[in-house]
Amino acid sequence: MENKTAAVAMRNITKRFGPVLANDKVWLDIYRGEILALLGENGSGKTTLMNMLSGIYFPDEGTISIDGREVVIRSPKDAFDHGIGMIHQHFKLVDVLTAAENIVLGLPGRLDLKAASGRIREICDAYGFEVDPDQKIYDMSVSQKQTVEIVKVLYRGADILILDEPTAVLTPQETDRLFAVLRNMRDDGKAIVIITHKMHEVEALSDRVAILRHGQFIGDMPTKMTNAQEMTNMMVGHAVTLNIDRPDPVDPKPRIEVKGLTVRSIDGILKLDDVSFTANSGEILGIAGISGCGQKELLESIAGLQPVESGSICYIEDDGTKEELIGKDPLSIQEMGVSLSFVPEDRLGMGLVGNMDLADNMMLRSFRSGRSLFTDRRSPQHLAEAVVRDLEVSTPGISTPVRRLSGGNVQKVLVGREIASAPTVLLTAYAVRGLDINSSYTIYDLINRQKASGVAVIYVGEDLDVLLELADRILVLCGGKVSGIVPGRGAKKRDVGLMMTKLGGNADE
Amino acid sequence: MFDFITFLPRAVVQGIPLLLGSTGETITEKSGNLNLGIPGIMYVGAISGVIGSFFYEASFASPKDIDPLLGILIPVACCLLGSLLMGLLYCFLTVTLRANQNVTGLALTTFGVGFGNFFGGSLIKLSGSELPSIILSATSNAFRRSLPIADKLGWFGKIFLSYGFLAYLAVIIALTVAWILNHTRVGLHLRAVGEGPNTADAAGIDVGRYKYTATCIGSMIAGLGGLYYVMDYASGVWTNNAFGDRGWLAIALVIFTVWRPNIGVLASFLFGGLYILHMYIPSGMNLAVKELYKMLPYVVTIIVLIITSMRNKRENQPPASLGLAYFREER
Repeated sequence: MENKTAAVAMRNITKRFGPVLANDKVWLDIYRGEILALLGENGSGKTTLMNMLSGIYFPDEGTISIDGREVVIRSPKDAFDHGIGMIHQHFKLVDVLTAAENIVLGLPGRLDLKAASGRIREICDAYGFEVDPDQKIYDMSVSQKQTVEIVKVLYRGADILILDEPTAVLTPQETDRLFAVLRNMRDDGKAIVIITHKMHEVEALSDRVAILRHGQFIGDMPTKMTNAQEMTNMMVGHAVTLNIDRPDPVDPKPRIEVKGLTVRSIDGILKLDDVSFTANSGEILGIAGISGCGQKELLESIAGLQPVESGSICYIEDDGTKEELIGKDPLSIQEMGVSLSFVPEDRLGMGLVGNMDLADNMMLRSFRSGRSLFTDRRSPQHLAEAVVRDLEVSTPGISTPVRRLSGGNVQKVLVGREIASAPTVLLTAYAVRGLDINSSYTIYDLINRQKASGVAVIYVGEDLDVLLELADRILVLCGGKVSGIVPGRGAKKRDVGLMMTKLGGNADE
Repeated sequence: MFDFITFLPRAVVQGIPLLLGSTGETITEKSGNLNLGIPGIMYVGAISGVIGSFFYEASFASPKDIDPLLGILIPVACCLLGSLLMGLLYCFLTVTLRANQNVTGLALTTFGVGFGNFFGGSLIKLSGSELPSIILSATSNAFRRSLPIADKLGWFGKIFLSYGFLAYLAVIIALTVAWILNHTRVGLHLRAVGEGPNTADAAGIDVGRYKYTATCIGSMIAGLGGLYYVMDYASGVWTNNAFGDRGWLAIALVIFTVWRPNIGVLASFLFGGLYILHMYIPSGMNLAVKELYKMLPYVVTIIVLIITSMRNKRENQPPASLGLAYFREER
């Protein structure tokens, strides 16, 4: 491996965004026939670095060589010409166009979609993809869209592929399929770079890891020679414990009682079917399930955002009095003295307003309080400062629009605000999606602190490993039905995984 | 009895400026530029043509001596140049400087109408005419010349062959644009730029160039609409503010046709018909009723908007990035 020429050699790459130094004299080598995992915390400059390779950004300083020859990549087109293709975290596809139209987008020559479809099928057969060239993108699932993206770069003859957090939106099965394809392509002699936060994926897939911290290159090594602990320490810059605390629940009492909850979507599809459970105070109830199995509807029903067909949701006070939540809008649920803090799945869509700054986003929760005609601007500012300080949000200041922050920092702001409202019930969905390992642990810690102070936490998570370590009890949803409720301590990953795919989880053989 | 044989040709000549305006605006919007300056651009296109032909006619002792070919080419060239400059100004402000598209467009409309009225007024003074208008009948005759056989073919000739060349050109342009949008690579790229400039850029398409080109060509086509109005519809008579709200109707027509210029051909005639319907329906002397009839095109546009948003078909929605400036390194 050492005597090969690097397919890509990046030397002394520096990139600034105004005063922010995103990449600082980074060195990186990418080889053919190898899968390189690029690691780093949120905002450590991984995506920026790769964007310079794919021509989205232009480096302020430094050189890039392809196969030993120095090149200048001014635009995505230059990158294609050098065989570099990037699959972005946010897919670069036009929704109203078909797969084939998206794939040939930007290529020269006469438009011949029939010939293009033929070549697309060839590529699909060669690597085992399934793509219908005539299907519109808006009709596709996330993993189908991702497949189209991969076919798109292969169609252009790319042999250096960059994938930015490709598994963030995939189910475990889809992830396995993607990894098989990537290994196929590696064996075919392609150079592959994958950006991910999930340590077990790094260990399962990559041949070599390279680590960035605060825009600087820290080091690289063969994956076999290292382990998750060492990689994490290098990413964070100091030793981190990778164990999640799970203190025993203190004085659990029923807080939310759900009985026979049935919900239909606007299209009349059954989303939740006869769901019953109880969430206790001082306890974390984990919700597991393949995405789209009713997790979103369940949380939204409790928060009063989702019309319910039948069933009941009761809030139980400490003295045992019950209050029905169904039929109340979110505001009146708050006025009843029931405070539900809700971290929606789509953090910028429902949780925060991208163009407003941190302080104003804090105010979205508090603007009704106070008797004065004018809103109180000072306390949200203090809150914003506190959140920035406590959760180590990296931001130029509290008057920065939220959309300018990186994904992980946005998430911290949202969770910080929700927790600050001192809830008795905390609903979270995918609270650590897209967060690096350090920030994730900060969030787990915050959730545990809420649990210790007697909050009933309902935690919808996608990483089964984390759920098994964090939750006191795990409710498994399968196709909108409760597949089972198991205690978190001692639960086996395999069993829960089976329950996710089959009601009750009993293997039939 | 409702007289279709006279009504239809009137509806068509009413519709042609709208068709040109909406074809131009459709190309522009497909690139993601919401050009609300179209009314102003059509106005500038019209007055530029008038200026050109005014001085050309004035260079002859009697306007009747003008060369018909030059009499057409000069105003057309002036009109294209005037509306191209407006399109370039819009692009420079919104694409290069990334100014707000709505504000820029509205400013251009205000500017264009003022520009037209200023030069219109100046020419009227130059001509020393007693009426508040410029009359370019020689040029207009060249523009309005139809096939000689049209008169001999009865109702058929009247409905299909009685128009000046710009009317046929407008239909050809609309159909060509529709074909380019749906069947060529340029069209595919243009649609991608309007739907997702990030995506288009990452695919190696020069977003800025497509936005400039589409907007400028769109402006020139819209400008021809203004020229057609003066030279053909209004028989070469320029009067300040006579163009009315046709520019806005053209923008409404874009929505009505759900961004498809080929639908625009018939839709523009429908709009033209609705616009003049009040002259053919006995409404007495009540002016208010006439104004109500003139609202019809807008009413049907609103109905189409409601229907398309209710059916929620993705292909019938406006380009996704319409009205948004694009900057590659935006975070």
